[in-house]
Amino acid sequence: MRETSRIADNILLFCRTLRQAGLPVGPGQVIEASQAILKTGIERRDDFYFGLRAVLVKDPGQSRLFDQAFHVYFRNPRLLERMMGLLLPTLVTEEDGGGGDATVRRLLETLAGEEEPRGDEVVIEVDRSGSYSRSEVLRDKDFEQMSLEEQAAAKVLLRNGLDMLQEIPTRRFRPDRRGRRYDLRRSMQLMLRTNGQLVEVARKTRRCRPPALVLIADISGSMSGYSRMFLHFAHALSSRQQRVHSFVFGTRLTNITRWLAERDVDRALAHVASEVRDWDGGTRIADCLERFNMDWGRRVLSGRAVVIVLSDGLEKDSRARLEVQMQRLRRTADRLIWLNPLLRFDDFEPLASGIKAMLPYVDRFLPAHNINSLVDLGGVLSTGPSTARRHAA
Amino acid sequence: MAEAKSLPEDVSAAEQLLAEGDYVAGRDLATVIFLALHMGRPLLLEGEAGVGKTEIAKVLAATLGRDLIRLQCFEGLDLASAAYEWNYPQQMVAIRLAEAEGSGSKISDSLYSGDFLIERPLLKALQPHASGPPVLLIDEIDRADEPFEAFLLELLSDFQLTIPELGTVSADEPPIVVITSNRTREVHDALRRRCLYHWVDFPTLESEMKILALKVPGLGEELRDKLVTFIHKLRDEDLFKQPGVAESIDWAHALTQLDAVTLTPDVVDDTLGSLLKYQDDIARIRGSEAARLLAEIQAAA
Repeated sequence: MRETSRIADNILLFCRTLRQAGLPVGPGQVIEASQAILKTGIERRDDFYFGLRAVLVKDPGQSRLFDQAFHVYFRNPRLLERMMGLLLPTLVTEEDGGGGDATVRRLLETLAGEEEPRGDEVVIEVDRSGSYSRSEVLRDKDFEQMSLEEQAAAKVLLRNGLDMLQEIPTRRFRPDRRGRRYDLRRSMQLMLRTNGQLVEVARKTRRCRPPALVLIADISGSMSGYSRMFLHFAHALSSRQQRVHSFVFGTRLTNITRWLAERDVDRALAHVASEVRDWDGGTRIADCLERFNMDWGRRVLSGRAVVIVLSDGLEKDSRARLEVQMQRLRRTADRLIWLNPLLRFDDFEPLASGIKAMLPYVDRFLPAHNINSLVDLGGVLSTGPSTARRHAA
Repeated sequence: MAEAKSLPEDVSAAEQLLAEGDYVAGRDLATVIFLALHMGRPLLLEGEAGVGKTEIAKVLAATLGRDLIRLQCFEGLDLASAAYEWNYPQQMVAIRLAEAEGSGSKISDSLYSGDFLIERPLLKALQPHASGPPVLLIDEIDRADEPFEAFLLELLSDFQLTIPELGTVSADEPPIVVITSNRTREVHDALRRRCLYHWVDFPTLESEMKILALKVPGLGEELRDKLVTFIHKLRDEDLFKQPGVAESIDWAHALTQLDAVTLTPDVVDDTLGSLLKYQDDIARIRGSEAARLLAEIQAAA
């Protein structure tokens, strides 16, 4: 019996470690984990491992973190002691296990602690290759508080532009007196109220919803003046009911959707600033678009999504590859809009090879150098043609 | 239908069960299935298209001797097609009949009874079945929209369904629920929390050979080895859509139909369409790239 309770204790502590490292493990899951282990037994290490994983991991991105934590936790008791020290009451900020690399980095931070490892300790080999890369320019960026002027402008933006987003009919219905279709269920209920007399046939009409939006923003050095504003824009959109996915890229692509879900705009942007590692560096547009097409395209572009790309198109990659990726993006998106801050110069001509490569594939090419131009964007989204270009991808 | 069997007693028994259904599974999948069966929790399977997620539900139903109830999801899936619907034409007729008989005032009591209820998959799964609780397969949940997911939450946590006109229907014994997703959209966290989760990965080289030996018995051993090695090499390439196990099986069938004895560049080029489903991918692999991969396999053999 003692044995059982020791295992339960260990599972509890292991769950707390996972939580500390950023995996969302609730109290209910701790109980479930214990139940699962009672069922699978502990005779086989792999059953123990898979049993815990079945209950605690809810997302493929989390399994790497779980794997690392499991091997560290159940192999090295001295590390356990040190982690116990870390488990002293601290303010845990709400985080989630969204991005794989970021979570592993958090685990590393959790495990690293204050002190240096002593010489006789087992060296923990953790693969950091996915987390850091020397060749990239890694700079953190501080966001200033949003100015009052910007706040006011953002409000205008929301009120004017986006409430009129071109809506897409869904396959769900709502009651509507002037609807085309009969609502048999409600008609029957009405009949019952009038003792079987058919006084009025109830009607219904299709519900509409705003289109899903995918924002992809360039945060390389040449765009530094605009990316912050665009993130404000992305955050304002994310806090609405609509489905919005946001990505940023410089030398690599990062999905920032989860961090933008934070209500407070400053905290959300601070979070993004600290997690994204390639601020103000170079650009690899073709690479990043390729990653988007391969890894995310099918997951976020379902349901007639509008893709908005913010970039100046100053690209160092080869033009041919960029064209292939733009082609693919255009085929999978319902509408593709390109915001380019360079457009504010009146005599701007698309000469750079990157711009030439991208231009044939966008539906709209718009300026984006201040909040006002984003307000204009709202107008475009609401009036654009709703003809769904449905190419086979 | 086979006699209803009791649930496997430990993880090894679960592994055995899957093997009986000709499903080649690793210890990880067997553990998750064992736990899902014993904890009475829904099983959420995610993975690339064609790795055999749906097959798991079918195999479970067949080996446990349970009924399989399948709900294919699509956008706008609503209560009427997922759970239940009232039979309006029959209700109308009943009203007219009651009027003719002069018993119109009593009809409202019987109008919303089981007689007029059309059961759809979710409601069916809650009803008692002769062979024990059925296997409920909710296929491709990512194709349904968020409102449907929200509705599923109630069903999956309490295994009951509320029909306003009739009352609450609850299952005496909860069904075995298997949910699959191809990840064309992220499934909501709330639904994930209620399920045991498993990412179905592409099989290892050895497992895939076993699968092909089971599913395409007419395939020669040499050809099978080459074919599987080729597909594994293809999966390492940067393709838009990697071929799944379903594609391997299709390709093996195609090759046996063509009486191919071994893989040559010509044979690969001619049959590539059963393996790759995007023009970009086919254009990339056809010709020199396929020849290169084949040469690598020859060199290794």
